[in-house]
Amino acid sequence: MKRLLCALLMLVAGQLGAVDFDYRLSPVEIARDVYAFIGKTEDFTTDNGGNIVNTAFIVAAQGVIVIDSGPSLRYGQQMRRAIAAVTNKPIALVINTHHHPDHFLGNQAFADVPIAALAETRNGIAADGNAFAENLFRMSGDWMKGTEVQLPGKTLNAGRLEVAGRSLRLVGLDGHTGADLVIVDETSGVVFAGDLAFNGRAPTTPHADVAHWLKALDQLEGVTREAGFKALLPGHGAPTSDAAPIRQTRAWLTWLTAAMRDAAKAGLDMNDVLARPLPAEFARLPVAASEYRRSVGHLFPAAEQEALGAKP
Amino acid sequence: MKYPLTIAAIALAALMPPAEAAALRENGDPLASARWSEMQKAFLAGAPVLFDPRVKVVAPSTAENPMQVPVTVDATALPGVVEVVVFADFNPIVQVLRFFPEDAPAFLGFRVKLQQSTPVRAAVRTADGVWHVGGTWVNTVGGGCTAPSAAGGSKEWQQRLNEVSGRQWSEGPNAGRLRMRIVHPMDTGLVAGTPAFFLEEINFADAAGKRLMRVQTYEPVSENPVFTLQRTSADGPVEASGRDNNGNAFTARIAQ
Ligand SMILES: [Zn+2]
Repeated sequence: MKRLLCALLMLVAGQLGAVDFDYRLSPVEIARDVYAFIGKTEDFTTDNGGNIVNTAFIVAAQGVIVIDSGPSLRYGQQMRRAIAAVTNKPIALVINTHHHPDHFLGNQAFADVPIAALAETRNGIAADGNAFAENLFRMSGDWMKGTEVQLPGKTLNAGRLEVAGRSLRLVGLDGHTGADLVIVDETSGVVFAGDLAFNGRAPTTPHADVAHWLKALDQLEGVTREAGFKALLPGHGAPTSDAAPIRQTRAWLTWLTAAMRDAAKAGLDMNDVLARPLPAEFARLPVAASEYRRSVGHLFPAAEQEALGAKP
Repeated sequence: MKYPLTIAAIALAALMPPAEAAALRENGDPLASARWSEMQKAFLAGAPVLFDPRVKVVAPSTAENPMQVPVTVDATALPGVVEVVVFADFNPIVQVLRFFPEDAPAFLGFRVKLQQSTPVRAAVRTADGVWHVGGTWVNTVGGGCTAPSAAGGSKEWQQRLNEVSGRQWSEGPNAGRLRMRIVHPMDTGLVAGTPAFFLEEINFADAAGKRLMRVQTYEPVSENPVFTLQRTSADGPVEASGRDNNGNAFTARIAQ
């Protein structure tokens, strides 16, 4: 019922905008044989259709390795066509870096090939996938038409993964969600950071454990210091040849947790915290105001609980 | 003035700053809610009503998490407050809470569950029997990358029901403030198979046993409620006591 209502509302919105549901995906070659589709640093809207995320693919010797599948069936389909325009090699494997909907709801377009994720990511998609999808229908509208949750059928483990003649290093971290996969392609020197790193966009925190996230960022930064490192692809925002997105994400999270803790200690109520201005350094980041609002909801209750002396 | 006021209201307006006085009105819901007349009948029947800017209801215009929408009611600019009723026109259970600020300022912060976009209002009865009404619209839509919040501490209450934690602040910008959290599921009874189970009454008293405030809570108050009160002077510990609709009682001391 809810979904029907949303669909109806979006139908109206869709007609107003005369949307052609074309994400206009255009691959950016970030290293030899490694391509990314760079999303907008925006919130989900009926204009962007959820194209706010980075996805990627590696053209390996015997096939294509896809990293994250985007926010919708349409995205997945268009991504697959855009890949086919680059190479006629078959898709060998799709990897979901974590269980957030903009990273796996395009899986359906790859239902005929193996899809893999860390065990906890698979569990998270199974548990929350439908609720996520419903939320995206509400925010991105008819772009989502036909999208359903396609579970990854294979479980990945941290360590070495040989696929399609390519050797990848899988680093299992957590903090942005309960399981965040970092993929290191040593052949090209590209590090796929997933949503552990945001670049030029305020990080999202709905399932964050900030202490774990900060630890994960230290490990991730370690990977960028390795000899072969060439480029970092964050989950959102432009790729870089340095660790700047890691430092930016760390700075935001460090400030955010301190702000929550200090506010709770000072006796502030959630409305007081929401009304606080953001420091200039962070206020100018795209979607800073809305991510701050959401993060207060996600993180302030725990800070408050601690300040009030409640058992965790 | 847009709407004719009664003699009592005109007398009242004379005591207020001109901008606020201009916003006083007896008719025409400023929030333009289709359910206002129903609300008026249910909560304020037969009594004079004034939409009064001195009743401040603070809540986010967009609720990111509809299960935990922060609401702050501040009627401290209004003298002689006897009772405050908080309700949300379009909620399946409309009444959120009532509070009686006996020896404390007419100020209360809390969080509420909202089912859909709705006005959240506070009607404040002063000693002269007039209801002063303030409110704000809260829209409930989803947020980016956000999920329905993970059922945080879902089974916590089974072992820790009515467990109270809290603090008072005696210095700094929030001097006189008291905040209290209590573990309770606050089940509405609207979810199949889960009967209504919620806190009904909380009393706050000072060290001398004098009651500062009485709060009657209803189903829409959020799980594990957190309350923010303001004291005129933070003077010693406060005792919080109360019970839920199943008769589970609690008493706790909130130190300074
Ligand atoms: Zn994410």
